[in-house]
Amino acid sequence: MLLISADEDEVERTHLLDDMDRFDAWMADLRARGVLRAHEGLHPSTTATTVRVRNDEVLLTDGPFIEAKDQVGGFAIVDVADLDEAIAIAAGHPATRIGQVEIRPVREA
Amino acid sequence: VIAPPHDVAAAVDEAFRREWGRVVAAVIGLTGDWDLAEECTQDAFARALATWPHDGVPDRPGAWLTTTARRRAIDRLRRTAVGERKERAVAAGDGTAPPLVDDDTSTSGVTDDRLRLIYTCCHPALGVEAQVALALRTLVGLTTAEIARAFVVPEATMAKRLVRAKQKIRLAGIPYRVPAADALPERTAAVLAVVYLLFNEGYVATAGPALARRRLCDEAVRLARMVADLMPDDPEAHGLLALLLIQHARLASRSGPDGTLVPIEEQDRSAWDRAGIAAGLAALDRALRHERVGPYQLQAAIAACHAVAPTTAETDRVEIVRLYDDLVALVPSPTIRLNRAVAVAMADGPEAGLALLDELAASGDLAGHHLLAAARADLLRRARRPAEAAPHYRAALAATDNEGEVRYLARRLAECEAAIAE
Repeated sequence: MLLISADEDEVERTHLLDDMDRFDAWMADLRARGVLRAHEGLHPSTTATTVRVRNDEVLLTDGPFIEAKDQVGGFAIVDVADLDEAIAIAAGHPATRIGQVEIRPVREA
Repeated sequence: VIAPPHDVAAAVDEAFRREWGRVVAAVIGLTGDWDLAEECTQDAFARALATWPHDGVPDRPGAWLTTTARRRAIDRLRRTAVGERKERAVAAGDGTAPPLVDDDTSTSGVTDDRLRLIYTCCHPALGVEAQVALALRTLVGLTTAEIARAFVVPEATMAKRLVRAKQKIRLAGIPYRVPAADALPERTAAVLAVVYLLFNEGYVATAGPALARRRLCDEAVRLARMVADLMPDDPEAHGLLALLLIQHARLASRSGPDGTLVPIEEQDRSAWDRAGIAAGLAALDRALRHERVGPYQLQAAIAACHAVAPTTAETDRVEIVRLYDDLVALVPSPTIRLNRAVAVAMADGPEAGLALLDELAASGDLAGHHLLAAARADLLRRARRPAEAAPHYRAALAATDNEGEVRYLARRLAECEAAIAE
């Protein structure tokens, strides 16, 4: 699982055309590798709702679960041979240039 | 003929030092299971201790140990339910192949499993502390308790670090292989950096008992030798080995009985380990033959200039400055520029060195660093300007916790204060 995150304001400011080109190239590479299991981009964290249950009471917060400069903006699940391949894929994502991609192994059933 | 027990114990000991990493690496290669590999290697050595006294020491102890550990691993996998799937994978691979031949793989062209192991231990997805600990456990065969003692951390902390590192390798899928050619230079640099760091941890450690630090230096040299053997065509691997051998040879005279740092011009040169220096020079020679110079080779060449000089006065200071010029061109780091300034001072007098230190201080790169203050203090003292040197010794003292350095700096400060009083 690739968790893609960055500073949302920074993304807003720098959302240039070549970023889109880079993203398209990244997607094309994933398809060519035949490793893509899932991929979604998310609306900004201002649209997030966080749910907690404490003492059987449902508590809602307007916003993401953690207040941070960088917020998760999307994720991808890829089926790869090893970490090196996942790193190569992650490094191709345009978000790594201003933010980061966290790679997490998915629990096997 | 039955060998006397002490001979067998010595043979097992020798085999442990030579073969531990090779056996672990082979069993990981076979099973992919790091814990199993360690346990089966341990078992194989226990079996050696039990059977070699009456069966005799095998001609090729490494092959015997590897075969024994592999059989044990396959046995263990066969016995566990989880193992069934793994065993099928093993059988489909090389499980039915004859036991590993104990060839001297550094010359045979066959990739030694230890190479895969060391690149995996030093994978950049692992933290540096984890890399060092893993290398010491799996390649060198230090126990968790020994590694913990060497780094002056509680054993439980070190155990957790190792467990987490192995868990990450397994779950995150860090591959057990030598990296592809395009990634190789960078990954090899990371391997050498781990060995260098391990040595420095012992060489310039800021805390911890002298014996533990000595152990780190010993193990770093062993690891450097292994890496150089495994990478015969990498001049920097040999350069690093040369550097560590030469530094190691002077280790004992580098600090006084109470731990005070002894500067090179005051060291007892007759106490230097001549055989160690000769081995270092040979490694450097081997590295330089490739004619692809690098930072480790240059640092080894500088260390060699000091090591072969009969006295401080007879040291080839011009050559040392020339080597530093090359080194700064390759690695323009503030500490290397600082060392070059000190070398220039030795060759052209303290004022020349002080001018370079002023430049360095102006750049702000080493602001507040005790090494800058200590170097400036030493050069001012040599220039017979004790009143100016004293405040820099005080600044250096305030910025370091290293006991050996503190004692040395305090001694120099006292000398300066005495000179001022006269």
